[in-house]
Amino acid sequence: MSDLVTVTPAAAELIRSLREQHGPLMFHQSGGCCDGSAPMCYPAGEFRTGSADIRLAALTVDGVPEPVEFWISRAQWARWQHTRLTIDVVPGRGSGFSLESPEGLRFLLRSTLARREHEKAPDRASAAQSRVATDCVEQRPQAH
Amino acid sequence: MTRYDAPTHWQSRYDHFIGGEYVKPHGGRYFDNPTPVTGQPFCEVARGTAEDVERAIDAAHGAAGAWGRTPAADRALVLNRVADRMQEHLQALAIAETWENGKPIRETLAADIPLAIDHFRYFAGVIRAQEGSLAEIDDDTVAYHFHEPLGVVGQIIPWNFPLLMATWKLAPALAAGNAVVLKPAEQTPASIHYLLSLVADLLPPGVVNVVNGFGIEAGRPLASSPRVAKVAFTGETTTGRLIMQYASENIKPVTLELGGKSPNIFFDDVSAAPDDFRDKALEGFTMFALNQGEVCTCPSRALIQQGHYADFLAAAVARTREIMPGHPLDTATMVGAQASNDQLEKILSYLDIGRQEGARVLTGGARAKLGGELSGGYYVEPTIFEGSNSMRIFQEEIFGPVVSVTSFADLDDAVKIANDTLYGLGAGVWTRNINTAYRAGRAIQAGRVWTNCYHAYPAHAAFGGYKQSGIGRENHKMMLDHYQQTKNLLVSYAPKKLGFF
Repeated sequence: MSDLVTVTPAAAELIRSLREQHGPLMFHQSGGCCDGSAPMCYPAGEFRTGSADIRLAALTVDGVPEPVEFWISRAQWARWQHTRLTIDVVPGRGSGFSLESPEGLRFLLRSTLARREHEKAPDRASAAQSRVATDCVEQRPQAH
Repeated sequence: MTRYDAPTHWQSRYDHFIGGEYVKPHGGRYFDNPTPVTGQPFCEVARGTAEDVERAIDAAHGAAGAWGRTPAADRALVLNRVADRMQEHLQALAIAETWENGKPIRETLAADIPLAIDHFRYFAGVIRAQEGSLAEIDDDTVAYHFHEPLGVVGQIIPWNFPLLMATWKLAPALAAGNAVVLKPAEQTPASIHYLLSLVADLLPPGVVNVVNGFGIEAGRPLASSPRVAKVAFTGETTTGRLIMQYASENIKPVTLELGGKSPNIFFDDVSAAPDDFRDKALEGFTMFALNQGEVCTCPSRALIQQGHYADFLAAAVARTREIMPGHPLDTATMVGAQASNDQLEKILSYLDIGRQEGARVLTGGARAKLGGELSGGYYVEPTIFEGSNSMRIFQEEIFGPVVSVTSFADLDDAVKIANDTLYGLGAGVWTRNINTAYRAGRAIQAGRVWTNCYHAYPAHAAFGGYKQSGIGRENHKMMLDHYQQTKNLLVSYAPKKLGFF
């Protein structure tokens, strides 16, 4: 499993269930308002990724025969790359066209810092310099 | 102060509104609709599927031709009558909207519903005044330009202002002569049906059709249908891209409003005097809590100039602590419930990452426990973080009552920080210096720069995004262009042939 994105047991269970109903799956991390900042789950290939996107992970989920790709826009990842992402699930409703919505559940992203140095007290000048976590190497987008 | 009773005018079940009547869902399924005030369901709503969407599109096509040929004066009259009917039932609509969404009743009474009423009246007015054009190409040749409706349009509505956002999309589309298939958000599907119960008799059957359901089951078939001439969507970036992708398959236009991370900039001279203007600016800061922060233009990044940073921020923290939480139906309540459990959870996840990133919590920072019948509702304390613009809480739309504060040195620094975001929907500039206000306003890459005000949404002021905040504008007569085709008749009055053949 990727270092950048992990999956909680509850999320893995939901992914297995959605895989049985809908076939191979993918995620694209959303930004913006309303249901934004949430991982959207689609049938694989439904959302067309391109040069504006980065594939962060090909998730291995027990019981799911193929990897589940996790994508995010390149520009958004540039501002997130100091964090590591965990896909979780909460009770909820509505997340754009994401597949889990009718289940009364919703994927939720939890985040942790990649490096401890970000936890120091806020210092505008230095924090502004510390955006880039050097241990994240961009992956090339992969065409569908 | 008044505490309104929970509304009792709901039906226990809402079907789809198609062709002027209520129609059961093809799949026979319904979903529960809880109020975020208590977390308890208060009605169930049809779970629409592609078959229901097709039926609604059929009904819209059946109505679009006659509606498009209806004189503008008559279409305007319908919109004005809808507005009048809403005015007569303003209080009941406000209570319904608060119960549906969780927002304080003082906001629905003073803003959501009055703005929606005015919006119908605005588009009733501008469609009467809209003119085509003619151009005299030469002595014998004239180019006439006519506005023609697109036909049938699809509209997908967000949950943060269910009635007002529906109105922002419905009013221009109907004024321009289109028939509409509208899908409300699955988090807030019911208040539009209460509105329909008041105004359905005013609308020709099929001109407005409402299909309920989930995005993947009802929104997707609507957005991807080759039989809708345009799709309008307010929401987030991934769904926005997906809708553009579907539209590209059908070569259809879209308008998208996808949110922002709006900076609210307070220059030193705001604190030059302890007067009404500074007081107004502190209110402007506190606007991050309006509608529980569930506003695409939430002023969620406050940039305060260094000279008055400590004093102004201290006063802003004090003002924020005066925000009264409580029952959304109590007119004293200033901040109500988040719209859904998953929204609550998302906000809490951002409070967590903000702390991890080293941002300092100046006030709030947790779920609000209000007790009693509200203990099952979704409440968050208004929260001020202090940190830096590179933190994720400064870069992502949390959509909660959370503001992230940092300082800036001068105008250039303010503009640099303000524009260091993927989005560009709203911004605020506060200063007593008109030159500073002008230069900052022009330099900020956002579609709306509130200058010495914030969160005003009058009709006739264009609203929409730069950058990843979307495509198109709302709230202005230019919106008619988003719902019309241009027909050019190029007419020759010359009696003689060209002489080519």
